[in-house]
Order: sequence, then structure tokens, then C-alpha cells
Amino acid sequence: MGALGIALVVLMVAGAIFADLLSLYEPDRISPRDRFSAPSMEHFLGTDHLGRDLFARVLHGGRIALSVALSSILISLIIGVALGLVAGYGPRRLDNLMLLLLDSIKSFPTVMLALALVTLFGPSLTVVMVVVVLVTMPGYARIIRTQTLALKESEFVTAAISLGAGTPRILRVHIMPNVIGPLLILASMDIPVVIAIEAGMSFLGLGVRPPTPSWGAILNDGYAAIRESPWIVVAGGLPIIITTLGFTFLGETLRDVFDPRLDTRR
Amino acid sequence: MAMFMLFCMIYLIPGDPAAVALGPRATEAMREALHIKMGLDRPVWVQFLNFFTDAWTGDLGREVLSDRPVLDVVMEQLPHTLILIAGGIGWSVALGIPLGAWAALKRGSPAERIIGIASVAVIAIPSFVIAIYALLVFAVHLRWLPAIGAGEPGDFKDQAMHLILPSLAVGLGWVGYIARMVRASMLEVLEATHIRTARAFGLPERMITYRYALTIAILPTVTLLGVGIGHMLSSAVFAEIVFARPGVGKLVYDAILTRNYPLVTGGVLVTTVLFVLINLFADLVVGSLDPRVRSRF
Repeated sequence: MGALGIALVVLMVAGAIFADLLSLYEPDRISPRDRFSAPSMEHFLGTDHLGRDLFARVLHGGRIALSVALSSILISLIIGVALGLVAGYGPRRLDNLMLLLLDSIKSFPTVMLALALVTLFGPSLTVVMVVVVLVTMPGYARIIRTQTLALKESEFVTAAISLGAGTPRILRVHIMPNVIGPLLILASMDIPVVIAIEAGMSFLGLGVRPPTPSWGAILNDGYAAIRESPWIVVAGGLPIIITTLGFTFLGETLRDVFDPRLDTRR
Repeated sequence: MAMFMLFCMIYLIPGDPAAVALGPRATEAMREALHIKMGLDRPVWVQFLNFFTDAWTGDLGREVLSDRPVLDVVMEQLPHTLILIAGGIGWSVALGIPLGAWAALKRGSPAERIIGIASVAVIAIPSFVIAIYALLVFAVHLRWLPAIGAGEPGDFKDQAMHLILPSLAVGLGWVGYIARMVRASMLEVLEATHIRTARAFGLPERMITYRYALTIAILPTVTLLGVGIGHMLSSAVFAEIVFARPGVGKLVYDAILTRNYPLVTGGVLVTTVLFVLINLFADLVVGSLDPRVRSRF
């Protein structure tokens, strides 16, 4: 399962990096004469309603998906770690307030949160990233908080305090390295979820703006013409399936390797 | 708390809801009148207090376009969404429990590995991709099942046919979750002492499996479903849009496209409250099924 996951992820990442070399066409090039042409040697995945080459759009869509996923998870990690440390190490009152805040963010169903935010700010890539941060961040903050709470009472922290170390130093040197490991595994398993959120919002027309190539947007284009030219939907869905499967298989394997306690195979 | 955030959102929305409702040809006086009717002329904190107290008594305001109470409009659509989610639960339980139990009994066989990989796969693939592919294969290509709508009202068979694909799209991911969960807890239960006792008594293996092991092994499923229903609400939004079914998700989506903001907030609020209530209900059901949990209260 792990090997398959790595293969799928490498396939996807390589496609995104070498998108310009691999595709014969520009992803945004409109060519009315080639509208709705079925997959052929010329257009591997066919063309859409504007005659754009779907293979090129799928490869370039991978860049959008990857960059959104990585950058928003990074932002989410930074905020989550900061909030988690403060909640875990700070005063009790602050901790309770933050828990309330995190729980109320989590109490919105994801799609409803996305819909509400889009109503508020209009569709854009930024909103997609805000949604991702809001959805993933509470989980990170909670893990960090719980671990910090446990470590706060440990002997080496008490020792550091008695040696006169300040709070920032304790958090940075003594607590951070101990709490970050499980968090990274969790974050790597969130990558497929985030890619699904971006694609889903773009599918609804609430994510990236056209003509930016995004897998969700391709699905949206294809959905309108699903009866006449089904290959557009197939082209939009396949990369989503490949990527989410790849990252999930990889994440499951990583988790089993690094955290035997969670092994479901027993 | 959620309501406070909602209110901030409506307040911050750019554009004047009254202007949206009346269209470009409205006069200044008409706009003024609607402002007063909607309470937009009063200070912000009064608006918030009104929204809060009104919502508490079930009054979510009136929809902008047809001037019907928002709660009525949402409640009209809610049954469609609930049926869809119930269908999704149906799929996930009907497929997930047998597959999970089977995988546990056939431990170490190829069948177990295949079920394991397939469960991870259906969990990973986003539900809207499943929905679109299901639509493509079964409705467009094979033409076995209808593609759009919820079927003729009153015609049960027609409605059921319209339900199959959307509910599969909603429930398929949870087939995976439940299969994994049942498998893990089944393996645990099969090693428990009471199963060994039953074996020692010479009870038939079939009876041990179904009567003594499975009934215990499926308990965690209920909690899982409690969480699951919330996520199915999200998948249901996509399923409703892909299959053009009526429902709360499609209602909110259409309301966003037409900038019908009271309907958006009303729809989001109702689903969020529903989400919280379902989780509470799931906890209570687990308490009544499993005496060990109940005794802690």
C-alpha cells in the first residue's frame, strides 16, 4: 500500500512540476475549432467547451492543488502550534476561552462554513485557504494543547524553570520538539482532505476564478456537458482520485511506521 | 457562539440586502421602507439582539425574494436532506458492517486485504467525485437510474429510484469507516473471555459470531455514525447539487447565487443546530446501548 501511495504521489508531483514540458499546449489556450474533441493522440484527455487541452489543464491544475494544500496547511500549522502552546502553557482562563473558540469553529459543517465565507467575501483562492485553515487548525491546536499540558508538569520543564529559563525558551527548546512529531503525521494525512476541499469549492464555482486551471473547475465545466462529452468529467475527476488515494495510502503507511500504537492491523 | 459569528457575517456582507431584493428599478423611498421593515435602520447591537431573540423563538426572518418566513422555506427542504442522509446511513451500514465482520473472520486472507485497501480508498476519494462518476456511469452511460430530481411526489417507487445514486455518493465513504471500525472491534471482541467461554460451552460457531460477537462489535458504529451524520451533511450538499435534488444544501447554494442572504444564514443556522443535536443524540443512544458508558454519569 505504501509503495503504491509513493508511486501515485510521485506521479502527481512530477506532473505538476514538469507541467510545461509534458503538455503540448498552453492550459488557457482557447481554440474554438477543437471544441469538445474526444481523447486522441493529439489531445490525450480531449478538450473542453472552449477547445482547451484537458491534459495541459490537468497538469497545471496539479500545481494549484499542491500549492494551495501545502501553503494553507503550513499557515494552519503555524497558527495551530501557536494557539496550542498558549492554551496549554498559558493561564487556565485563556485555555478555556480558546477551547470555546476552537469548538465553535469546529461546530460548523465544513461545506456550510465554506458557503457562508464565500457569501461574505466572494469566491477566491484566499477564501479557499481560509476555509482550509479554519477546518484543519483546531485539530492541530488541540493536539499541541493536550501534549503541552502533559509536558508542563514534567520534571525537565520544572528543572528548566528552576534554572531560570524564560517562558519563550521553555516553549521553544523544551516543549516544541516533543510535541511536533505527531502533529506532522496528522498534517500529512490532511493533504488529501485539503485537496478535496479546494477541488470541491472550485467545482461549485466558489473556489479559484476562471480561467485558472483547477481540477474542480474542470469538473464544473464538464458537468454541464456530461451527456455529450463525458471525457471532460473523467479528466477532472481522475487526478483528484489519484492524488487523494496516493497521499492517503502514503499517510496511512507513515502513521503505521511512526506510531505503532495506532496500527489498526494489530 | 456560532450565532454571533453568523451575525457578524451577515453584517459584514458587502452590498445592501434591500437593494438586492428590490432590484435596480426601486426608488429611494421603497428602499427606505424595506430598510425599516428589515430593521436595518436601527443600531447594530439592537439588530444583533433582535436576531438572537428572534432566532431563539424560531423566527429567522423573512426571505428576500418571496417574503416567506425563512424557517418555513428551510423546513420545507429539510426532509429531502434528511431522507438523503438516512439513505447514506442505510448504504454505509448495509455494506460496512457485513464487510467489516467478514474481514475480521477471514483474518490474513486476500479478502481481508482487499477490503482493507478498498475501505481506505472510498474514505479518501471525495464524495462529489464519487457522485459525478456515479452519475456518469449509472445514469448517463448505462441509463439504469434517473439522473436528476427527487422523483414524483407521492410515487414511492420513483422517489426510491431517485434516491439510490445520491445516497450511495453520500454513504460510500462511510462504508469504509464502518468496515474498518467493525473489523477492529470484532477482532477485539473475538478474543474476549466471554467468547472463549461460549466456545468452551460448545456453542455453534455461527451463533457465537452473530449473537455474541457481532452485537457487541457494532456498538462503536453508533458513535461513529453520530460523527458521520455531520460529515454526511457536507456530502449531501454536493450530492444535492450534482443530482439537482431539492434539499437544504441546494437551497443555500442557490440562495448564495441569488444573494438571498436571510436564506443563507437561516439554512446554515438550521444545519449547524441539527449537527449539534445529532451528536448529542448519538451520545445518548450509545449510553442506552452500552451500560458501561451510562454508569459513568
